[in-house]
Amino acid sequence: MSEAHGGYYVPHGANWPIVGSIGLTTMLVGLANYLNGSSVGFTMMLVGLGIVLFMMFGWFGTVIGESESGMYNDQVDKSFRQGMSWFIFSEVMFFAAFFGALFYARIFSVPWLGGADAVTSDVLWNGWEAAWPTNGPGEVGGEFESMEAWGIPAINTLLLLSSGVTVTFAHWALKKNKRGPLVLWLLATVALGFTFLGFQMFEYYHAYHEMNLTLGSGVYGSTFFMLTGFHGFHVTLGAIMLTVIMFRCMKGHFTPEHHFGFEGVAWYWHFVDVVWLGLFIFVYIL
Amino acid sequence: MSTATTHDAHHEEHPSGLARWIFTTNHKDIGTLYLLFALLMFIVGGAMAMIIRAELFEPGLQFVEPQFFNSMTTMHALVMIFGAVMPAFVGLANWLIPMMIGAPDMALPRMNNWSFWILPFAFAILISTLFMDGGAPAGGWTMYPPLVLQTGNAFPFLIFAVHLMGISSIMGAINVIVTIINMRAPGMTMMKMPLFVWTWLITAYLLIATMPVLAGSVTMLLTDRFFDTSFFDAAGGGDPVMFQHIFWFFGHPEVYILILPAFGIVSQIIPTFARKPLFGYSSMVYATASIAFLSFIVWAHHMFTVGMPLTGELFFMYATMLIAVPTGVKVFNWVSTMWKGSMTFETPMLFAVGFVVMFTIGGFSGLMLAIAPVDFQYHDTYFVVAHFHYVLVTGAVFAIMGATYYWLPKWTGHMYSEKLGKLHFWLSTISVNVLFFPQHFLGLAGMPRRIPDYSPQFTEFNQLSSIGGFAFGLTQLLFVYIVIQTIRGGEKASEQVWEGAHGLEWTLPSPPPYHSFSTAPEIK
Repeated sequence: MSEAHGGYYVPHGANWPIVGSIGLTTMLVGLANYLNGSSVGFTMMLVGLGIVLFMMFGWFGTVIGESESGMYNDQVDKSFRQGMSWFIFSEVMFFAAFFGALFYARIFSVPWLGGADAVTSDVLWNGWEAAWPTNGPGEVGGEFESMEAWGIPAINTLLLLSSGVTVTFAHWALKKNKRGPLVLWLLATVALGFTFLGFQMFEYYHAYHEMNLTLGSGVYGSTFFMLTGFHGFHVTLGAIMLTVIMFRCMKGHFTPEHHFGFEGVAWYWHFVDVVWLGLFIFVYIL
Repeated sequence: MSTATTHDAHHEEHPSGLARWIFTTNHKDIGTLYLLFALLMFIVGGAMAMIIRAELFEPGLQFVEPQFFNSMTTMHALVMIFGAVMPAFVGLANWLIPMMIGAPDMALPRMNNWSFWILPFAFAILISTLFMDGGAPAGGWTMYPPLVLQTGNAFPFLIFAVHLMGISSIMGAINVIVTIINMRAPGMTMMKMPLFVWTWLITAYLLIATMPVLAGSVTMLLTDRFFDTSFFDAAGGGDPVMFQHIFWFFGHPEVYILILPAFGIVSQIIPTFARKPLFGYSSMVYATASIAFLSFIVWAHHMFTVGMPLTGELFFMYATMLIAVPTGVKVFNWVSTMWKGSMTFETPMLFAVGFVVMFTIGGFSGLMLAIAPVDFQYHDTYFVVAHFHYVLVTGAVFAIMGATYYWLPKWTGHMYSEKLGKLHFWLSTISVNVLFFPQHFLGLAGMPRRIPDYSPQFTEFNQLSSIGGFAFGLTQLLFVYIVIQTIRGGEKASEQVWEGAHGLEWTLPSPPPYHSFSTAPEIK
């Protein structure tokens, strides 16, 4: 059921949101129970995740169907674009909180503990010398090695930056309606994305098993893994989204004029790219 | 356009019963859901406030355990902020923005449904913590570590409830912005938009910029508790004060999220009953934007006593005081709008005028709190409690009630009982001042907040405050009665409803058709 209002598509009846709410709630209540040590928590969380995935398949499926049957005019397209831009802005602010924590630790809390603020250091850990990276005066998590920038992270920077270029080539191909190059460039982007993730997994494995660098390695370990971890999670999402878009392109979706789905994902991919640059500079190099 | 006929043919197709409300994509239905949900939470949060005031009626411990008392202050705040005031504003935005800008509906109707339908689940989770091992969260709504990390089984539920509320708010805010930017009728330029639309545009921006930061900060709490991170642990090089910085970077814009739409409402009501256009429209817009900008650079005035470099104290003090300038512009403009107007005092106008006077009292006590050396004395006392209840109850809540009386005839097609409405206003205004005004003195005399017991010399003022509290609580049952009575019937309301009302929503019938503007109206 649907109606056009002055051409603007207003859907009638949305069945998926309530499914999403039930799924999210099941997932989070499950996770909370799991964290509290309940035995059913983990299963409940997986069930919830399943419901959320089911909702996403259904909801996106509906929207793709509507889009392909030409129900969205330019104004609807604009709504989607603006909505996606603001969503990405909210994601930027989410990362800002963790970058804020990193900067606060490096500029304020660690130097203060090390004597830059006489009162703090006298009362708490007199004589401890501030340094970065650190796991704090309590040496939380034991001795560790910090992550070197010019190994895997530098390669990963190259991989992600190149993927930003390949996705742009794919976009140019789509604008010229050249399906072959479009799919190939997308495939390259997805491959670069997953290679990035593979390297990151290797890096984490290395950190945990050979460097004793873990989430528990004081404020360095906390900020390192939370920032790169959330980024990696976003790369995963982006790569999955790109894969979906690639299959849609193979099925003949999108036209040179109308391809918001493609562009939205490309924007997201660039956002992930830019966050990585911030990470590379502030987490790895400096 | 030619689609108007299609629209009529489908007019009665929407489902009825529960399915209508669960699956609806209609901005009016969703607005109604938000408003009713807010009313329900207002009653739940109000009941918690009654427990607090009952316990504080006398020194010593009377009714509840100290731990439960602290749960009540914590839950009262979370329920009122995230469950009552914010959803009420979003409900008003849903009902009014499409009608005010001449749009058929919100820009993203399905997402609109979802942003509402997350809320009942989020609050079911939050309220269920009352029945968990270790009790509901009791460390204060600000969730400061390390105290909040001592919460029992409720802890992860608290964090995830906050995450869900955040997701809901962000989606709601995206929808509002996109609707305002993309769905205006031809000719509705930005500087012709009603002020309620303007204030919501800016509020939505604040929401999108800050709710993710809140999500980040509570995520760090979660990992500190369960995954060995040291964000807020000095032994690992972190700092508990860091949480406060990140939290209040969200928290201060949040308090403007709770008041800017109220400014918008008052700016709609006063011109109608003063029968004059709003004085200084564009200065109102710029003042709102300035307040929003300043809200990002004043957060640490909530933490003057936690330890901060002197330059920090000074910067945040002066930046905070700057906010008085755009706020003063607004108060000046409201007063100037009324100046030499042919005023009448129907219930919405009473609430609006009450807002201007009492919000200003809250603004002035805020100015006092902004002075860092003086704040050292006031911090965490009942003076702070008095201050934020003046801006949030006689400010935000009064504006929401004024808005309800103002637009209820438009929504329902029925006039409310003017007699009962006025009674509600006067009883509320008297009782709310009996409730909160004495708390200024309690705070100045040194009574700390969030403690169930107090020194005997504070008894009389506390009893006065509690009596005011009970009276205010009871009075709100009258409000519920008036709303239900108006929904069920009453004198027919005309299209314009109020003699001096201007704006697109008043050109539609009362109640308006299911779809407001199938064809975009022409705006001169």
